[in-house]
Amino acid sequence: MMNDNTIAGMLQYYLAYPFVRYALIVGALIALCSSLLGVTLVLKRFSYIGDGLSHVAFGALAVASLFNLTNNMFIVMPVTVTAAVLLLRTGQNTRLHGDAAIAMVSVGALAIGYLVMNLFSTSANISGDVCSTLFGSTLILTLTRAEVVLCVIMSAVVVAIFVFLYNRIFAVTFDENFAQATGVRAKMYNTLIAVVTAVIIVLAMNLAGSLLVSALIIFPALSAMRVINSFKGVVIYSAVISVFCALAGIVLSILFSTPVGSTIVAADIVVFLGNCFAGRIIKN
Amino acid sequence: MAYIKCKNLVLGYEGTIVAENINFEVNRGDYLCIVGENGAGKTTLMKTLLGLTPPMGGEFVRGEGLNAHETGYLPQQTVVQRDFPASVWEIVLSGTLSSCGKRPFFGKEQKALAEKNMRRMDIWELKKECYRRLSGGQQQRVLLARALCASSKLLVLDEPVTGLDPKVTVEFYQLIKKLNEEGLTIIMVSHDVSSAIKYASHILHIEKERSFTGTTKEYLKSDFWRELGGAV
Repeated sequence: MMNDNTIAGMLQYYLAYPFVRYALIVGALIALCSSLLGVTLVLKRFSYIGDGLSHVAFGALAVASLFNLTNNMFIVMPVTVTAAVLLLRTGQNTRLHGDAAIAMVSVGALAIGYLVMNLFSTSANISGDVCSTLFGSTLILTLTRAEVVLCVIMSAVVVAIFVFLYNRIFAVTFDENFAQATGVRAKMYNTLIAVVTAVIIVLAMNLAGSLLVSALIIFPALSAMRVINSFKGVVIYSAVISVFCALAGIVLSILFSTPVGSTIVAADIVVFLGNCFAGRIIKN
Repeated sequence: MAYIKCKNLVLGYEGTIVAENINFEVNRGDYLCIVGENGAGKTTLMKTLLGLTPPMGGEFVRGEGLNAHETGYLPQQTVVQRDFPASVWEIVLSGTLSSCGKRPFFGKEQKALAEKNMRRMDIWELKKECYRRLSGGQQQRVLLARALCASSKLLVLDEPVTGLDPKVTVEFYQLIKKLNEEGLTIIMVSHDVSSAIKYASHILHIEKERSFTGTTKEYLKSDFWRELGGAV
């Protein structure tokens, strides 16, 4: 039972529960990974691919739930990764074509997902299900130990890839043609970036829901770009912002019973506005 | 054997031919300017020289110890770069990647090379500055230092003076001339024919079906030059 009614006391009370600790660990890791990639995606003008992919993941999740699998990830993950590779390929040919393709795929996936959920769902509360898939659910508070371990491993892999390929990712982000002319396999790195983005989006959907997930990717990067002038600095600062906002969002959502995903995004927006303001002051 | 030798080269992409019958060679120490109308295939030719687009036909050979990835490239600025948060140091250092081999990080050797070329371009003091805050001329020097890190043999420049003001343009041409005198081979794609004949040792003028190649003196006597109006 609660010993005292102060916020610190409540926090201490909740932290005693493993599911709260799991949520904080997973939230921080997902935020870390999404912010690392976010910098590259924003700078390469690929933000919209993140948005499109999250809608694809929603559609895939709806279809996957038809099959009553024990783990939907076996369908959602491959579908989203494939979509990432295909979207990137169309995006490279001509700009307009890529834009249209992404709009088509993302809206199409949303529609099909909702349709499938309505036609075949056995649940009594369809709109509740749809709403929680789109805007995030309390799923993050019901994680099992195995899911936490999986997330820790995946995040470790993403961070390791990012650190070891950091210099090449920078080269490809800043100037793809130059990198390719000096022997960096730019296309391979683009595909890798798309695949890792897809994996992170699927993981992060649990946290923020498919409509809000791209906020986790773009906001920290945009915030950091307002005030920092080196690539390494932007990457580190955006990781700090992202983890901080995720932790703050989760804690606040527990304390004030608000939806987890939107609370995190709200925290990201506040930090973004703060950094915009700071950026203005630095410039003057 | 020349650095680069092209024989009956056919250029194009996605199955469409842009230019044909291109014959030229680039020798060590040359300063070659590639001129021609828009859409004549200048950009495609440059991408072929860089190994980004394979030729659709004809011969394209590198020789005299010039490896495939040993070309320093000065591209046109992209929209992405204009507001890119990166320090001058980070950008120049990225030019040394090809000498890293399979190692993931930069070593002492790469850092020394980057420093040398930054001093050479007179931008060492700008080391920590943000690229997007620099003037157009300074940005070109940064990209030039990066290109020099990638190759000490051959530089390929794509319309390098676009958007520079007249004073900076002259300074830039002087800089390239100096590099050429120091032994670097230069290939420059250019709109600016009057500067091309002033600075280049060789001219390649490409049109859809025919092309001219030779020294600048020969070019001034050719039909290609006469058709441009003869005197600039």
